[in-house]
Amino acid sequence: MSEPRKLRLLVGKVGLDGHDRGAKVIARAFRDAGFEVVYTGLHQSPETVAATAVQEDVDAVALSILSGAHMHLFPRVIELLREAGAGDIPVFGGGIVPDEDIPALKAAGVLEVFTPGTSLDAAVEWVRSHIRPRRVA
Amino acid sequence: MSQERRMRPAEPRASAGTDREFSTVSGMPIDRLYGPESLGPDWRFEERLGGPGEFPFTRGIHPTMYRGRVWTMRQFAGFGTAEQTNRRFHYLLDHGQTGLSVAFDLPTLMGRDSDDPMCRGEVGKEGVAVDTLADMEALFERIPLDGVSTSMTINAPAAVLFAMYLAVAEKQGVSFDRLAGTLQNDILKEYIAQKEWIYPPRPSLRIITDLLAFCAEQVPRWNTISISGYHIREAGSTAAQELAFTVADGIGYVQAGIEAGLDVDVFAPRLSFFFNSHNDFFEEIAKMRAARRLWARIMKERFGARDPKSWMLRFHTQTAGCSLTAQQPYNNVVRVTVQALAAVLGGTQSLHTNSLDETLALPSEASVRLALRTQQILAEESGVTNTVDPLGGSYFVEALTDRLEAEARAYLARIDDLGGVVAAIEAGFPQREIADAAYRYQREIDGGRKTIVGLNKYVSEDATRPEILKVDEAVERTQVERLRRLRAERGAGAVRASLDALVDGARNGGNLLPLMLDAARAYATVGEICGALVPVFGRYREVSFL
Repeated sequence: MSEPRKLRLLVGKVGLDGHDRGAKVIARAFRDAGFEVVYTGLHQSPETVAATAVQEDVDAVALSILSGAHMHLFPRVIELLREAGAGDIPVFGGGIVPDEDIPALKAAGVLEVFTPGTSLDAAVEWVRSHIRPRRVA
Repeated sequence: MSQERRMRPAEPRASAGTDREFSTVSGMPIDRLYGPESLGPDWRFEERLGGPGEFPFTRGIHPTMYRGRVWTMRQFAGFGTAEQTNRRFHYLLDHGQTGLSVAFDLPTLMGRDSDDPMCRGEVGKEGVAVDTLADMEALFERIPLDGVSTSMTINAPAAVLFAMYLAVAEKQGVSFDRLAGTLQNDILKEYIAQKEWIYPPRPSLRIITDLLAFCAEQVPRWNTISISGYHIREAGSTAAQELAFTVADGIGYVQAGIEAGLDVDVFAPRLSFFFNSHNDFFEEIAKMRAARRLWARIMKERFGARDPKSWMLRFHTQTAGCSLTAQQPYNNVVRVTVQALAAVLGGTQSLHTNSLDETLALPSEASVRLALRTQQILAEESGVTNTVDPLGGSYFVEALTDRLEAEARAYLARIDDLGGVVAAIEAGFPQREIADAAYRYQREIDGGRKTIVGLNKYVSEDATRPEILKVDEAVERTQVERLRRLRAERGAGAVRASLDALVDGARNGGNLLPLMLDAARAYATVGEICGALVPVFGRYREVSFL
C-alpha cells in the first residue's frame, strides 16, 4: 500500500483585506505540521484564488478574512471552484466572523470557520481529521 | 514553628516561581530587582532625562504636561455611509470627545471606487465609504472645520482625501491656515505591516514630499504624517521592533524631504507619531519614553535640525486591538484601562481606547461610550495627571527605557547597512522579522508560556455576548447608486481636464497637491484620481513569503 501523499493546502487572502498576520501564522503552523502550503499573498480576487487552487491541485482551501466581507467572499470562492469542476475541494477559513454568520456560511458550503482564540494545534488537528488527499499521487 | 522562624522573610523557593522565566510580552528578560547599578556607570540625569519640555524630552514634550491640558480623547469612528458616520461624529462630540478621527473603508484605503469589482462586499464595512467630494461634504455636515481637529487614517490615497477635505473647507469658507488635524499618510508602514498600497515606495514618497511642501506653505497647522508603529505591532512585532521600524520610517521621510530640497526645520515640526499600547505595562511606558529620546537625538545629531519643535516626538496612542479577546469580552475593558494608563504615563498627546467588542465587530455606541469614559476616569479621577512623568527615575523604568533605545538602535544600524528603510522593505527585512515574532508569540500562547486570561487560562463558558453593530448590506448598493448618479450629473469635461493636468504634473515634476485639489473640486472620484497616476507611477507588487 502506498503512503498517502502529504496534504497540500492553499492559504489564501482574498479581497482588499491587508491583515496577513493570521494567514502567515497559520500557514507556518501548517508547514511545521508537515503539510505542503501554497500561500497566495495579499489582495487576490476570488477568481485568482479558485484558479490557483485548481492549478496547484490542492486538497483544501483555507481563507483568512478579517475585513467583514466574509459573507460575500467565502461563497464566491466556492461557487467559482464548482464552476471550474473542482467543487470537491473543501473550503474552510478563519478570521473575524461573528458567530451568527457561521450557520449561513456552513450552509453555503464552508466546512469550518475558526474564530479568534483558536490554537494553532487545534487547527492542525482539525485538518488532520477532516481533510484527505483528493487523489493518490 | 517558632516565632523567629515565622518572622523571617520568606525564602525564595523554586516552586514559588524562581525557576520561571520572567519576561515582557515581547520576550525581554526582566531581573528580580533594579537598583543604581542597573543603570550603569555612564548614566547621567541631564543627558538621559533632562526636564520635561527639554532635550532629549524623555520626560515629555511639555514642561507642564497634563497639568496644562490633558491629552486629546480621540475615538476612531467610521462605518457605512458618510451620513451614518456623520451621526456618530455628532454623538461623540456631544459626549465630550475633543477631536474627530475618521476610519475609511477598505476600498477607499486602497484608492478604489465603491463600484470597482474588487470591492464587492467591502463597501462601508470597516470604515466609511468616500468616493468623491460629495461624500466628504456629507461626512462633515454641520461640523465647522475651524472648530475641530480631524485625524484621517488614510495612507496610499492620503493626498487625494486630504484634497477633498480642503475642498470641503473652501465650501465652508474656512481658510486653509485655520485647519488643524492629522493625516496618517504613512505609506512605508503599509509595505511593512498594514499592506494597503497602490504605487511602489519611491513614487509614493514623491507624493508625500509634495504634500510636505504644500502644507508648509498653505496648511501650517496640519500634521502631515503620523508615523505609525501601531500597525507594525498589530502585525505581531515586539515592542522594540515597533519602536525601531517606526523610527526607521521617520528617518526615511525626513531623508526624502531633505532630498526634495525642503528645509528640515520647515517640515519636521509637523511630523507626528502613532504608537500601540499593549499589555505589558512597563515595557510600553519605556517604549514611549525611549521613542522621544531616540527621535530627539536623531533629529538633532543625524539631521542637524535646530528648531526644538523638530526634535520633539509628539504621538497618538491606541490601545492594542490584537490584545483583545472574543472570549469573555468584558475582560477587555480591564485590559484597555491598563493599556490606556501606560499610554498616559508614557506621555501621549492623544488617545484612542478600544471598545470591548472590537474583536467581534465594529463597536456599538454603548461600548464606544464606555471606552471614552475609561479615559475620562483616568484623566479626572485617578490623579495620574497631577505630576509630570511620575515614573521618571524608577531604576526599572529607566533601565528598560535604555534597553529599548539600544535594541532599536541595533535595528536602525542593520537597516542603514541594508541601504535605508526603502531598500530594507524591498528586501523584506522588517516584514520577516515581524512574521517571525508573531509566530513565536502565538506558539507561546498556545503552549501556555504566556497567559491570556479567559483564553488559555481561567477559561469559562461565558454566554454573554455584547450587542454588536452590523453594517447593513444595503450600504453598498446605496453607495454604488449614489456614485453612479454623481458620475452622470457632474461636468465630465472638467473631470477629464483635471485628470489630464494631474498626469502631466506627475510626469513633469510639478507639485501634485494643487492638481489633486482641482480634481477633487471637479468631483473626480478617488478611484479615478489614483488610477490616473498608475500608468506614470506603476503598481506595487509585494514579494510574498512565509
